[in-house]
Amino acid sequence: MAILVSKKVTKRFGGLEALSKIDLEVREQSIHSIIGPNGAGKTTFFNCVTGFYTPEEGEILFNGRNITGLSPDRVTHLGISRTYQNIRLFKNMTAVENILVGMHPHLKAGLIGSVIRPSWVVKEEREALEEAKHLLRFVGLQGRGDMLAKNLPYGEQRRLEIARALASRPKLLLLDEPTAGMNPSETQDMINFIRRLRDELGITILLIEHQMRVVMNISELITVLDFGQKIAEGTPLEIQRNERVIEAYLGRGAASGLGQVHASPAAR
Amino acid sequence: MQISAPSFSWKEAVRVGVLGGAIAILISLVGMVAAFGERYIVYGWFSMGQVLFLAPILFMVSLTLRREKASTSSKTVLHSLLAGAVGGVMLAVLVLLGQVINLRAVLVNASPRLYGMLTFNQGLPAGPFVLIAVTALLGAVAGAYHLLPPRWQRTLSQAVIWLILTGLMRDLIMNIVVRWRLVGELFKTVLFASSGLQPIGAIVLLLLIGGLVYWRSGQPAGRGFSLKNQPPTIRWASIAGIVLIFLTLPQILGVYFSEILDNVMMYILMGLGLNIVVGFAGLLDLGYVAFFAIGAYTMGVLTSPELRAEPLTYWQALPFALVISFISGLILGLPVLKLRGDYLAIVTLGFGEIVRLLVLSDWLRPWLGGTQGIQLIAQPRIGSMVLNTQEELYYLFLLGVGIILFIAIRLKDSRLGRAWMALREDEDVAMAMGINHVVVKLLAFATGAVFSGLAGTIFAAKLTSVYPHSMNFLVSINVLALLILGGMGSIPGAFVGALVLIGAPELLREFAEFRYLVYGALLVTMMVTRPEGLWPEERRRLELHEAEEELKGAEPVPAS
Repeated sequence: MAILVSKKVTKRFGGLEALSKIDLEVREQSIHSIIGPNGAGKTTFFNCVTGFYTPEEGEILFNGRNITGLSPDRVTHLGISRTYQNIRLFKNMTAVENILVGMHPHLKAGLIGSVIRPSWVVKEEREALEEAKHLLRFVGLQGRGDMLAKNLPYGEQRRLEIARALASRPKLLLLDEPTAGMNPSETQDMINFIRRLRDELGITILLIEHQMRVVMNISELITVLDFGQKIAEGTPLEIQRNERVIEAYLGRGAASGLGQVHASPAAR
Repeated sequence: MQISAPSFSWKEAVRVGVLGGAIAILISLVGMVAAFGERYIVYGWFSMGQVLFLAPILFMVSLTLRREKASTSSKTVLHSLLAGAVGGVMLAVLVLLGQVINLRAVLVNASPRLYGMLTFNQGLPAGPFVLIAVTALLGAVAGAYHLLPPRWQRTLSQAVIWLILTGLMRDLIMNIVVRWRLVGELFKTVLFASSGLQPIGAIVLLLLIGGLVYWRSGQPAGRGFSLKNQPPTIRWASIAGIVLIFLTLPQILGVYFSEILDNVMMYILMGLGLNIVVGFAGLLDLGYVAFFAIGAYTMGVLTSPELRAEPLTYWQALPFALVISFISGLILGLPVLKLRGDYLAIVTLGFGEIVRLLVLSDWLRPWLGGTQGIQLIAQPRIGSMVLNTQEELYYLFLLGVGIILFIAIRLKDSRLGRAWMALREDEDVAMAMGINHVVVKLLAFATGAVFSGLAGTIFAAKLTSVYPHSMNFLVSINVLALLILGGMGSIPGAFVGALVLIGAPELLREFAEFRYLVYGALLVTMMVTRPEGLWPEERRRLELHEAEEELKGAEPVPAS
């Protein structure tokens, strides 16, 4: 069953068609990748799903509900959460506070409640803090909670950003190049971590990724975009054999090399 | 490993001297030196005016020494002496030039009085040489100071700073101690002169403070006093003590200083409000005075018999004033929801001007009094007592500050406070975190508006009248400046900022005409040397409550 359905989504910037008639289905509890060369419209698609952009045509359904044109905060309330290509943490807030902001949708204290602080608000805050610490442990950042986000090393900032995204208890998590700037061992950790998100928390993952090793390794389904068009969709093996994809993106040498890379984990 | 640091060279010494001298000349020619000529620090010996032209030279020398990490040798002293002398020469040239050409035709402050002060009243031809000798000596002292061990450095610098502060605050201190006859007499005869300190008093004070600082810096480090680390009984006793001091302050200080405190607290109220808008939520509001005006005018319109046949009392009108402030906050917030940064600043600036022009206008004259303003505004009553003196109004301000402080602290560490800060850090991401930016922004504007409106109502009650000209743009700038000075987003920073920016100029009346010059210099210096403010915001430790856990660990120890 599809958790996210995109029907003929088109997004234009002036004369430029950044996305044209994109059809896409993300199956529940799957790991689905979107790949494509720079400027293919991958991040634009994420922005359409999360409400930053409103597509000119087409509609996006989440759990069968039309979310086209909803504001970003409404989309988040429904259960979609995301990270960013260039890390966008709240830099001058601590790690715990970043996660607590992520919990905003399911906390209830307003202006009056925050000032008077009745027992239910105290309880809510205490539980939120516990959950935040739990999330810190889950992403391996225990003991780092009181550090300002900007003072964390790069890899930890990436993981904190995911923890913040998880704090809103999403059903669908959009990851925009989660392994960008990571070395091979960090990348492997991230691959394992993304699998855990799906296996342990049951979250559906839609990710944009440039490192073919990662994409071919963890994806169940891959969608390939080029110049705003969907040019292919299929399993990693199908994508590697797809002529159009090889033309547009992978290159012949890369495709044959990738076959080997992919073969080794499969052989294990 | 020793890396040979570039030592303080001859060339550098001259450069520093010229810079220091230039600043000293500027301060002299704007008239600050002469204005403070009668403000003695040590009576008959040296005045604040002299401090003002000597300090820049000293400051430049010591700044350079610190940066250069000058080699510890007699050369340092010699070069510092040269730098000081160069600064002195520049001032001496000014004095001599003043004898030859009539500088006063262009530079009104280049008066004989200034020359007298610069030459320590030694006249010509000796005066300029005395000046150069003094600055050279000061330079050498600064050089020698940097060769001292840190403990002595701290002792010396703190002793001198406290000496200057005590001299400046003579009136304030005398005003307090005069109540106890014996102490008052002692202070009057030994410590203080008619202006500043007695020479003997100054020496005693220097030794006393120096001794104290020297002794304290000898104590083991890391034993800073923090309320959080104390057992509950001491903590509560300290809090009770602080509250008691605040409650008795008007009795101790008298009318004049109570009024200063009233002013400071009025700005604290506004500072805490603007801190929510600018400090927490990052929405630069340059028209903040508008809400102050709305609070004050609502109070005026509702309670003045000039405008209403049946005027309300202060307490009856207060809720209306606060609600109207809240609504006006929403009204400002709505059109600027999509604006960020500079654009927001311009629109809010316009909003402030619109409100000022409305209360000034002839069109609204029948309701708001136009240029005449509103008189006969009600003062708050408690039972049969009317709060109408500065001391009584102090308690009204104190109550207001207490309540607002409580609200501000609660909001800061709440879901809403975090949402504001997230909005400040990155608005797009905050929205993607499920924060409704419309609601959250409007609440920031409205909450800030209520705080400012409250300050306005007390202001109206204090003066029993409001005029359009009290509602000018500079009020907004003052509030913003005190926040920058204290530390954006910091609650204690608002207090420190208000004390320094509003309180200090009242104590140093001579500053009045240089107020904005000093503001400017202070803000530029702050931005360069300490951009986070005097008392920067500190993030609460949430994950690891170290202080509290230590306390819990300490508690089970039996008291016997």
